[in-house]
Amino acid sequence: MAQANVERKVFEPWRDPAAKPHLSLQGIRKQFGDFVAVDNISLDIYQKEFFSLLGPSGCGKSTLLRMLAGFEKPTSGQILLEGSDMAGVPPHQLPVNMMFQSYALFPHMNVRDNIAFGLKQDGIPKEQIAQRVDEAIEMVQLGKFAMRKPHQMSGGQRQRVALARCVVKRPQLVLLDEPLGALDKKLRQQTQFELMDIQEQLGLTFIIVTHDQEEAMTVSSRIAVMDEGRIVQVATPAELYEFPASRYVAEFIGEVNVFAGRISASGEDYTEMNCDDDCRLRADQPSGLREGEQAWFALRPEKLHIDREAPADTSVNCRRGKVLDIGYLGNLSIYHVELPSGQVVTATHTNRSRLVERSISWEDQVWLSWAPGACVVLDR
Amino acid sequence: MSTSQATGAAAPGVTASLLMRLGLSPRTAVIAVPYVWLLLFFFTPFLIVLKLSFAEIAIAIPPYTPLFDAEGKLQGTLENYQLLMEDDLYWRSYLSSLRIAVISTLLALAIGYPVAYAMARAPKQWRTLLLMLVILPFWTSFLIRVYAWIGILKSEGLLNLLLMNLGLIDQPLHILHTELAVYIGIVYSYLPFMVLPLYATLEKLDYSLLEAASDLGCPPLKAFWQITLPISLPGIIAGSFLVFIPAVGEFVIPDLLGGNDTLMIGRTLWVEFFSNRDWPLASAVAVILLALLVVPIMYFQRQQAKQQG
Repeated sequence: MAQANVERKVFEPWRDPAAKPHLSLQGIRKQFGDFVAVDNISLDIYQKEFFSLLGPSGCGKSTLLRMLAGFEKPTSGQILLEGSDMAGVPPHQLPVNMMFQSYALFPHMNVRDNIAFGLKQDGIPKEQIAQRVDEAIEMVQLGKFAMRKPHQMSGGQRQRVALARCVVKRPQLVLLDEPLGALDKKLRQQTQFELMDIQEQLGLTFIIVTHDQEEAMTVSSRIAVMDEGRIVQVATPAELYEFPASRYVAEFIGEVNVFAGRISASGEDYTEMNCDDDCRLRADQPSGLREGEQAWFALRPEKLHIDREAPADTSVNCRRGKVLDIGYLGNLSIYHVELPSGQVVTATHTNRSRLVERSISWEDQVWLSWAPGACVVLDR
Repeated sequence: MSTSQATGAAAPGVTASLLMRLGLSPRTAVIAVPYVWLLLFFFTPFLIVLKLSFAEIAIAIPPYTPLFDAEGKLQGTLENYQLLMEDDLYWRSYLSSLRIAVISTLLALAIGYPVAYAMARAPKQWRTLLLMLVILPFWTSFLIRVYAWIGILKSEGLLNLLLMNLGLIDQPLHILHTELAVYIGIVYSYLPFMVLPLYATLEKLDYSLLEAASDLGCPPLKAFWQITLPISLPGIIAGSFLVFIPAVGEFVIPDLLGGNDTLMIGRTLWVEFFSNRDWPLASAVAVILLALLVVPIMYFQRQQAKQQG
């Protein structure tokens, strides 16, 4: 057992104070006229990371990516790549390659020439170019299409060409701008795993911009959640989900139920809150909040237990309500439960055994309960 | 009111049934329109010219021998074509026309490309205005605009006055009635035909392609040669044809701005038709000119179609 623990490899350079960041953003700010697109962002990204910039459209994530590619200059702040300042280096001299949202494949060149374009710029010998292009084409499984032009291919194939083109030079940074945005859902999920494989196989540092939280959760080592030009939280996917720093993050990543109220008691290992609709909630987590302060308890739908019978202890972490809607998704069922206050709470239930007869039906009065470890206390 | 409605509803039915009676579906009829147009206004006149080119000059009205004599015997002759081969005036005219047209096309491309590029890269709200400005000269008669160049280029014209007042020259430059004036006239007149198709292709050019090129290590100037230029090739070809074809047969510009030694086939043609009244020979000149232009263009188009298919 102990041995297994030692051998378990954890890739978490950001926890190691001795680790040197590969890319370091220091107080980056970008202004277009009066509009502040990116506001005072500082961030360290480590070698071989698969880092996501996640946020709604207009949050500044694409602008940040374009600054990393050298297409935009920061209004203030510094970008250090392996310790050297990127300021003043034109994009064609940066060891950074970007995959564009539109793919930006050269329409007059076939797949081979598109992929070889970057290598040709570096004056690499012809045989070497041919070999590396072959490898890249094989990596994205496009061998049969090597002589096709972009307009003769499907969206998924074009996406692969764009990916091959931006990693074939083995850049120090691979930037991906919504790389899977144009694909349908099934293909997108499949490609997410391929993307991870390729990143791991090549050992490159990837930075991806996306508005799709599922995509970010799947592929990333760490995610930076952005809102209105700022980074709200940087954490691993699991941390973001289980310990969001704010209601914004909690609501952006997955589904969440939020109860508002005021702190009634807090200690070293617990926090208690009185809900606005008079109900006691308890979390076994210190919050640093004082009695009477405004707070929010966030609770993921799958952590709720839904039952028609009252639980043993109804005094804490327990709500009563009426079933409004039931969604049956096959693998799980979603319940929308209306509390007496009018708030609608979402609870999911995994359908472990085959569903023959539903024990809970519409209009039923049900009890929702959860363990004190399931809640997260938020102060904003 | 009810009657007018009834006829209104019946009208397309009547047209359609009329077409059906002629053995045409409405669809074929629509497609047929441009073909009928070409047949009437291009092919038929061409046949007349072709027929003329095999006739002989005669003192008559019209001034040529008919294709069939009184007994209905064909009396065509190849003499006109023979003369074209023998007299080097015609060959020199053709070659000189081609040379002037090629050089003018290249000049128009060299001037038109940057203009079109700047227009396509201008802020969106400016583009319509810029496009209007390119088309604006067409609102004045072509002939008047060419005449105006005489006023600009002549010895005591605006250009010489300006240069002399600026102290750049002592003696007026002799530009009018030289080949240079012909180039100026052709490039000026046909520049919009170069700019418009170029603008159309350059405006569609996705700017992210240039960013991608730069991202992959390609400096801006190189990116122009490797990305922008090849992608705008269809515009270059279309614009060049639109300038080259009318320039080869141009008559007004060399006649007004060119010197006596400026040999162009359009002028030769005019002299044959109106001064010498040799319609058959003039027709032969026109037929050869058409062949010289159509054959390479068709070959070129076929190559293009092959490349795209």
